[in-house]
Amino acid sequence: MADIQTQKKQKEYEKYVKKVTPVHSLPLNMARAFLVGGLICVLGQWIMNVCQNMGMDRQMAGAWTSGTLILLSVLLTGLNIYPKLAKFGGAGTLVPITGFANSVAASAIEFQKEGQVMGIGCKIFTIAGPVILFGIISSWILGVGYWLLKMVGVV
Amino acid sequence: MSYFHAFWVGGLICALVQILLDRTKLMPGRVMVLLVCSGAILSAAGLYRPLVEFAGAGASVPLLGFGHLLWEGIRKAIDESGFIGLFMGGFTSSAVGISAALIFSYLASLMFKPKMKG
Repeated sequence: MADIQTQKKQKEYEKYVKKVTPVHSLPLNMARAFLVGGLICVLGQWIMNVCQNMGMDRQMAGAWTSGTLILLSVLLTGLNIYPKLAKFGGAGTLVPITGFANSVAASAIEFQKEGQVMGIGCKIFTIAGPVILFGIISSWILGVGYWLLKMVGVV
Repeated sequence: MSYFHAFWVGGLICALVQILLDRTKLMPGRVMVLLVCSGAILSAAGLYRPLVEFAGAGASVPLLGFGHLLWEGIRKAIDESGFIGLFMGGFTSSAVGISAALIFSYLASLMFKPKMKG
């Protein structure tokens, strides 16, 4: 008897868990990520085109594009708009450079109470640190390979 | 036309990463690290430059493009300065992105109060 009751309880619990767990539809999430990510890139392309029309070369235009997108993203993070966008867009808001800026700004703002140095100073690197470290390391390793190939005259 | 290619290439990269987020337990920080490292590798293999030529911001705005930028900086520095270039190029090419993110974020921490995550 007790067994049946526990089983019944378990079933009810499973039902409850199923009810409160948000439904994740992968195709839908992918469509949202595609839309939001694509639009952020279109915005980037627009900034880039404006810069190039002003006579900048591609590298300079790229720098202005990154800087502008980062500024926008930090502002939207501070105004608590970017998190809402991220809830909808998922990877579409994470993958662009704006997602990087968002996570840097979010940790800086969140930990301001813990002080200038140990709060903002440390925590601003929570996401930026790993990204910069492993970006520099991986490109350095690749660079060592390139340098060696250059030394023996392959490239 | 540049907008169209930027849209679908950038969107496609994000949609693919969404699979990674939904199907694995990878946290956003790790995904970003993965993207930057992958971008550097793809770029060193000569695969990313053509994509940037084709899709413009659709390839340079995603974090893969950040890795691409790092590699291009390193390669240029090695070509110009030899061995010591290995220690110069990465930060040179990523300077704007990193400085902007740090400076604007710091200023934001002075201007904005933390909000409840909703």
